[in-house]
Amino acid sequence: MDHIVIIGNGIAGITTARQIRKHSDHKITVISGETEHFFSRTALMYIYMGHMKYENTKPYEDWFWTKNKIDLKKAWVKKVNYSNKTLEFEGGESMQYDKLVLATGSKSNKFGWPGQDLEGVRGLYSYQDLEYMEKHSKDIDRAVVVGGGLIGVEMAEMFHSRNIPVTFLVRETNFWNNILPEEESKLINRHLFEHHIDLRLATELKEIVSDENGRVKSIITGTGEEIACQFVGLTPGVSPNVDFLKESELNIERGIVVNEYLETNIPDVYAAGDCAQVAEPLSHRRAIEAVWYVGRMMGEALGKTLSGQKTAYKPGIWFNSAKFFDIEYQTYGLVGNKLQDNEGQFYWEAEDGKKCVKIVFDQASKKVIGVNTFGIRMRHEVWDKWLKEGKTLNHVIANLDEANFDPEFFKRYDPEIQKAYNGQFPDEQVSVRSRSLLERIFS
Amino acid sequence: MKLVRTSGLIIFLLSFGLFLGLFFMSEYKLTEEIFASKVKPNHQELLKPEMSKMFDKSYSLSIPFVNQINAAVDNVNGQLRAEQKWNDIIWDDYSGSLTKASAGGLIVDSTWLLFVLVFIGGTIGALMFILPQVQLAGPAGIKHNGIFFNALNNRGWVGISAGTLLVVFYILIYFYDAYMMNWIILVEPLKKLINPAGESSQWFLYGFLYTFAVVVMGIRMLVKYRHSKYQMVRTASVMFFQLAFAFLIPEILVRLNQPYFDFKNMWPLDYDFFDAWHIDMLTKSGGIGIFMFAWGITLFVVGVPTFVFFFGKRWYCSWVCGCGGLAETAGDPFRQLSDKSTEAWQIERFLIHGVFVFGVIMTGLVLYNFFGGDFGFSLNKWIIVSVVVATAVGLSLWHMKKYPDMGSKKVMTVAGSIAGFVVLAVVFSEVSVFKKYIPVDGSNFNFYSYDVRTVYGFMIGSLFSGVIGTGFYPFMGNRVWCRFGCPLAAYLGFVQRFKSKFRITTNGGQCISCGNCSTYCEMGIDVRWYAQRGQNIVRSSCVGCGVCSAVCPRGVLNLENGDESTRFTDPILIGNDSIKVTE
Ligand SMILES: Cc1cc2nc3c(=O)[nH]c(=O)nc-3n(C[C@H](O)[C@H](O)[C@H](O)COP(=O)(O)OP(=O)(O)OC[C@H]3O[C@@H](n4cnc5c(N)ncnc54)[C@H](O)[C@@H]3O)c2cc1C
Ligand code: SF4
Ligand code: SF4
Repeated sequence: MDHIVIIGNGIAGITTARQIRKHSDHKITVISGETEHFFSRTALMYIYMGHMKYENTKPYEDWFWTKNKIDLKKAWVKKVNYSNKTLEFEGGESMQYDKLVLATGSKSNKFGWPGQDLEGVRGLYSYQDLEYMEKHSKDIDRAVVVGGGLIGVEMAEMFHSRNIPVTFLVRETNFWNNILPEEESKLINRHLFEHHIDLRLATELKEIVSDENGRVKSIITGTGEEIACQFVGLTPGVSPNVDFLKESELNIERGIVVNEYLETNIPDVYAAGDCAQVAEPLSHRRAIEAVWYVGRMMGEALGKTLSGQKTAYKPGIWFNSAKFFDIEYQTYGLVGNKLQDNEGQFYWEAEDGKKCVKIVFDQASKKVIGVNTFGIRMRHEVWDKWLKEGKTLNHVIANLDEANFDPEFFKRYDPEIQKAYNGQFPDEQVSVRSRSLLERIFS
Repeated sequence: MKLVRTSGLIIFLLSFGLFLGLFFMSEYKLTEEIFASKVKPNHQELLKPEMSKMFDKSYSLSIPFVNQINAAVDNVNGQLRAEQKWNDIIWDDYSGSLTKASAGGLIVDSTWLLFVLVFIGGTIGALMFILPQVQLAGPAGIKHNGIFFNALNNRGWVGISAGTLLVVFYILIYFYDAYMMNWIILVEPLKKLINPAGESSQWFLYGFLYTFAVVVMGIRMLVKYRHSKYQMVRTASVMFFQLAFAFLIPEILVRLNQPYFDFKNMWPLDYDFFDAWHIDMLTKSGGIGIFMFAWGITLFVVGVPTFVFFFGKRWYCSWVCGCGGLAETAGDPFRQLSDKSTEAWQIERFLIHGVFVFGVIMTGLVLYNFFGGDFGFSLNKWIIVSVVVATAVGLSLWHMKKYPDMGSKKVMTVAGSIAGFVVLAVVFSEVSVFKKYIPVDGSNFNFYSYDVRTVYGFMIGSLFSGVIGTGFYPFMGNRVWCRFGCPLAAYLGFVQRFKSKFRITTNGGQCISCGNCSTYCEMGIDVRWYAQRGQNIVRSSCVGCGVCSAVCPRGVLNLENGDESTRFTDPILIGNDSIKVTE
């Protein structure tokens, strides 16, 4: 029986632990300095917004860990001594391991802006960040959020939920335009304006200005404009949280370099989740993918490996999702912000400008490559199958109804989409049809 | 717009304050004429010596007035008992009729005006508060900002006050109706409008307030969920069924000299359906009565299995039912307060199935009694109390020892509630108002088959479904009754669990374990547990309200009816080729 020690109680570390427990009876210890129990990082915003309490964000009840014999330890690891397999904690204690899993997650990026360490300036990643935000955003007149990514828009929504006016600085010409194609970016721009977010596109942060007490009092943009504010949220992305592991024999580039079995260069040391960098990613995946699902999938594979069934990490078709204020977004397959040379696209937008579907396909074979859907829920299973089997755009459009995942009674846009398709691709007609409500109810 | 909203709140609170204030605003004066016209001739002689002391005395509050009337009857009965004149004992409840006839002052002189001020004023105020949200609360979407900071929604002082008020109100309705005579009189004009020959009672008042709450809060629900057509259709449906089927149609039937009948209610929720008086009333009312009787039986024998098979229990619980209707409208602000723990689930299964079994046995005995059978026994109540309490304590201690890490909340609660139940029954049997509900006499339980019905009606029908079921909304969420007590929900749940096309599907691997679904599930189902492992949610308690699906920020959940074979599947999270089936 090995003692498997996991640093990090996020989705990657916890999934690993659960999988090990499911398949074996090794001794498991999960360490984190952040919180005693596993909670859903993706739900941090909802605590601030009053949709949930911290308790509600814990995916498992507290007795779960004792019952499944997963030991928890709340402490910060200061150093790992690989030669004698020992961890050193910040309080001076130490712990032996037989196998070590590094699942230390990410940290918020900071780009050396003047004033980035003032009081009232902070990113959003950890529970402590949330507490900081709570404490420093009471009775403030304006918050500025810098960086137009997913965490940025969440932070904007958080302040907005408490009626704190938000100025949102986005470097790109349209929101999240480094990932989203222009039409989709613009759709979100409009929605942010609809929510009275003071969205500043193509605007950079130059400086954060302090008051006499070392607190932020304003920011200055690239164009020299000064905006008074009492909180600045810095969200220019995240990077692997590996500083305390640096300067050792562990191979770290941007993240901890791992092979397909999530093994590092040191025997018995593994890495998973946000902190891991896959040495040779599959062609349709990137080396570092800091999303929830990847942490979970790596944990699933690694947990099996550590219980004795060596399993390679083989992610399937890419998928992701997010919500921008009221608009839900899902994506399956690969949709870049710009079309590749071989790619064509079909785009449909609803009249209200709040729903759209974009499908990218290969010009030559007409096979679909990816889809972005906003405001319409689609079935993961169906899209996964279509993409794997290389279905053509025509097939997909004709059978769109199969992929719909909206609740009953919701308006079905399939006929509209099919008409739009017939208009855009006159040589490829599909018949316009939708199942009636009765058909759907008695399916 | 904000101003409109604030004024609306003020108007509503004024109307509500006026309503509460009305409890104190009238006077009662019993006169000889009233006495003569309301009391049965053979009782007049008995009661006159006692009651004549009250004649022409004016009371400014209902409570002492009612108490005095009850005391008069009690005194007379006490004497009759002492003299062993069992046949002369007065069973009639004169407190209601005498109090009503004796009431005077503001409430009687200006009933219509007060009605308008309270209910029309209240409606206008409430709508002024609710409707501007369309604009003020921003574009359509989930509106849960600040729920857990709110003193109403999160068991703060407003919630505690509201809950206390509700509990008091239910206790008044069930056991001290004469105290709230002013409120009963307040809705009299409406009763007369629907049925000129009718008289308002506490049940009419209750039905009206209930419907009022469902409709006004239903409008709030429609505004809140205007982005979700499923929620809108469903809410409109419960509003309609409450207004038409539960409130108007029965009243109109009575006006047309037909039996009072709620076509959407059914056994075993409608626990007096098989009571002798009810069967008699229906079967003696000609064709329409027979039809009602047959309808009531068909509904639960054929209707439930058929509809639950196609749609799940939601067709009833969150589309039609009155209890569900109130929970889904007036109760919506409290849905997040339901307990999601596994222990709560275990307690739920114990309680709801316990009530179901109790209800079935009770009905069996009632029918046995109806067809002429009866049995009786008597037991020393103090022995029973000691045995039950000792067993409960023993069981809890044993469990604590056996499962130290699971905690003993579950068994303690179950054992405690049984013990509490019995002790409560005995205590109630000593309190005069409750005496009639607990058939005990001296130190013995003298049980006859029909008495089971009386206890059920009191313990389950009144205390559980009313006082706790609704009164505890602000403490334990809006489905306390539906989740822990309703025998019909248990029955619908069996069918839903074992023979139905309904399930909630999870969308591949998209769940981020955020917890919104579990938090807002009013039935306390830990939806996330299933969603994060990619498993269909097939739970007997799910009422299909669809809120989990609505609040999910990643579009993971969908209420669907589909082929039965695809209902129970292995958990599967799509997107990971390393692993096929996962847990
Ligand atoms: C606000 C926010 C919203 C997000 N929303 C989404 C979303 O909607 N969808 C999505 O796919 N992804 C989302 N993400 C990203 C997602 O949360 C992460 O990819 C995921 O949580 C990473 O999991 P992990 O297990 O790798 O690391 P983490 O969850 O970061 O866990 C690592 C843990 O290790 C601890 N730790 C690190 N170093 C040490 C040490 N030296 N000693 C002790 N403990 C240590 C950390 O404190 C942390 O608790 C979001 C992230 C944030 C911040
Ligand atoms: S599981 Fe969903 S649909 Fe069922 S009761 Fe809970 S919230 Fe409503
Ligand atoms: S199903 Fe949706 S609401 Fe529930 S935990 Fe998963 S992502 Fe959150």
